[in-house]
Amino acid sequence: MLFHSILFYVFAAIMFGAALGVVFSRNPVHSVMLLVLTFFNAAVLWLMAEAEFLAIVLVLVYVGAVMVLFLFVVMMLDVNVEAAKRGLTRYAPFGIAIALLMVVELMQLIWLRSQVGDTVGGFVPNPEGYSNTKALGSVLYTEHVYAFEIAAVILLLAIIAAITLTMRKRPGLKVQNIAKQVGVRAKDRIRVVKMDAEKKS
Amino acid sequence: MADFFAGLVPGFVWDIWNSLPPLVQYLTVTVWKILFLTIGVILIVAFSTYFERKVIGSMQARVGPNRVGPLGLLQPFADVIKLLIKEVIVPSQSSKFLFVVAPLLSLTPALATWAVIPLNNWYVIADINAGLLYVLALTSVGVYGVILAGWATNSKYALLGAMRSAAQIVAYEIAMGFALVGVLMASGSLNLGAIVEAQSGGFSQWFLLPLLPLFVVYWISGVAETNRAPFDVAEGESEIVAGFHVEYSGVAFAVFFLAEYANMVLISTLTAIFFLGGWASPFEGWTFLNDISWLAWLTVGGLPWLFAKMCLFMYTFFWLRATFPRYRYDQIMRLGWKVFIPVTIVWIAVEGAMAWFHIGPWSGLSA
Amino acid sequence: MLQEYLPILIFLAIAAGIGMLLLALGFLIGRGQKDAEKLSPYECGFEAFDDSRMKFDVRYYLVAILFIIFDLEIAFLFPWAVSLDTVGKFGLISMGLFLAILVVGFIYEWKKGALEWD
Repeated sequence: MLFHSILFYVFAAIMFGAALGVVFSRNPVHSVMLLVLTFFNAAVLWLMAEAEFLAIVLVLVYVGAVMVLFLFVVMMLDVNVEAAKRGLTRYAPFGIAIALLMVVELMQLIWLRSQVGDTVGGFVPNPEGYSNTKALGSVLYTEHVYAFEIAAVILLLAIIAAITLTMRKRPGLKVQNIAKQVGVRAKDRIRVVKMDAEKKS
Repeated sequence: MADFFAGLVPGFVWDIWNSLPPLVQYLTVTVWKILFLTIGVILIVAFSTYFERKVIGSMQARVGPNRVGPLGLLQPFADVIKLLIKEVIVPSQSSKFLFVVAPLLSLTPALATWAVIPLNNWYVIADINAGLLYVLALTSVGVYGVILAGWATNSKYALLGAMRSAAQIVAYEIAMGFALVGVLMASGSLNLGAIVEAQSGGFSQWFLLPLLPLFVVYWISGVAETNRAPFDVAEGESEIVAGFHVEYSGVAFAVFFLAEYANMVLISTLTAIFFLGGWASPFEGWTFLNDISWLAWLTVGGLPWLFAKMCLFMYTFFWLRATFPRYRYDQIMRLGWKVFIPVTIVWIAVEGAMAWFHIGPWSGLSA
Repeated sequence: MLQEYLPILIFLAIAAGIGMLLLALGFLIGRGQKDAEKLSPYECGFEAFDDSRMKFDVRYYLVAILFIIFDLEIAFLFPWAVSLDTVGKFGLISMGLFLAILVVGFIYEWKKGALEWD
């Protein structure tokens, strides 16, 4: 149990440090990489809470997909470092206000849970061979079917939104028309003219 | 396994070992298991570079390396020493820290994915329930090494290579994920050991035949995912010099190289596990073989079978490289998005329908 | 369950360690003379005109966004595929509907030309 606690505090500390680094790093690419580290540590913490499926999906979706997009955006958009730094002081009060609000909410949740009385007891370890994924699967598609289908609709909306926002047809693009190329016959292109080698006088 | 070691080491060593706390014992065993596996993978990588040159050489009617050691077998070690003593250049306009970290980000996931791979029925380092998810998560992390290398180098060729490679990896990863869903439907478990168990009973029980389209999609996506020929536009030496590792030299290049080959070995092994029954023997259940004494070993599963299947796919990697010209980039993207994804979705639907009507190995559907 | 994940943590550390060891060896053993020309970025022989970190076609972002969406879809499919024997026909139908909605999105992408690279 001691080993468990040490691991928890080590990863929590790294996560905290990385999260601070995201905010204070000057180089936006460093910020993104630190955010990746933060997600990774969050995944380890979830694992320690025995949320196996969620932890790995956090890595799969956030680290593997969302952060790649972030990296694309940050790398290619010529982010002005100076302007971003000025923004930090300007938006600081706003950010702190939101952070405080979240702290209050979390405290409220913990307080609410402590009323029920199952917070500090720690997690009951799952029995051997218990599969988190199976447990999730057995309820998600039957009991929570509405939420599940709504998720599909939200994803559909996301597809449409992404396409409407970013698709643009560039005019004057020189593209091969493969079908036309393949469909060409020699007789459409070349006309063989029979004529004498020399004009007769 | 303990009995095996008890005979090997003198008694007092054994006494000291037993007096250690269990956590220390556990950690020592785990670290050694990991080191054995990693060294094995690195050796396979070393010799696959040799075999790649030999195989492609013979396909092009050349000899391949034959100077260092007998038959040129020591060539990989000569290459390693050469790469080690070469100068590592960090370009002046690059982001120095990220430039050095990028190869590490490429190598670490390529090696760490091996943690959940079952080599036989007991040698697996982390026998986790969500093994397949872990594999998918770690392979998706591998893209960072490439993107960061391309960006940190601050060279146009590197950046172009990195962008191409990232978009390509991303496209094929979806096809891979969908193909794996099909495997999951057939096996009913995320644990790689259980997936192998589900295919036990000889090669007629392998997922190869019922999931043939998914096998093809998975394997070709794997080739594309590792940026190998004919999908190697990320390197594309005829157009963008060497792609994302254009400025990497010496050992920094060697680490990228190691990661690429470790990924190839990984994809080969994974394909064998998902579709060819992993370490299971193809002749399992052929009881008449047991009566013939010199053929009885054929029915026993184990690491040699997995190794043989892995070698088969590694050979295919080299074969593809020697045979096919490079794809054009728009063709690669079309294949990934417009061919593979529809094929996998259709096959998932087919599997669903088969489960509905209790056909094939997915007849476990209740209610 | 944690005990099963501890080896993975150790493996990650060892894998990173091997990489660092190799790089450190390379920086220690592999020495050479560095000069400004050698360290300049490769540019086919002439000096670079400008910074090479340029703006990219928006299509790459679109691909990345579509990738996130499909990745989420896969994340939804995994628990379903594993628990296929317990969710029964109802689960099969609900997943069929889910996939059908997303196939509509996929067809939309296709018809809009978001998957074209020209």
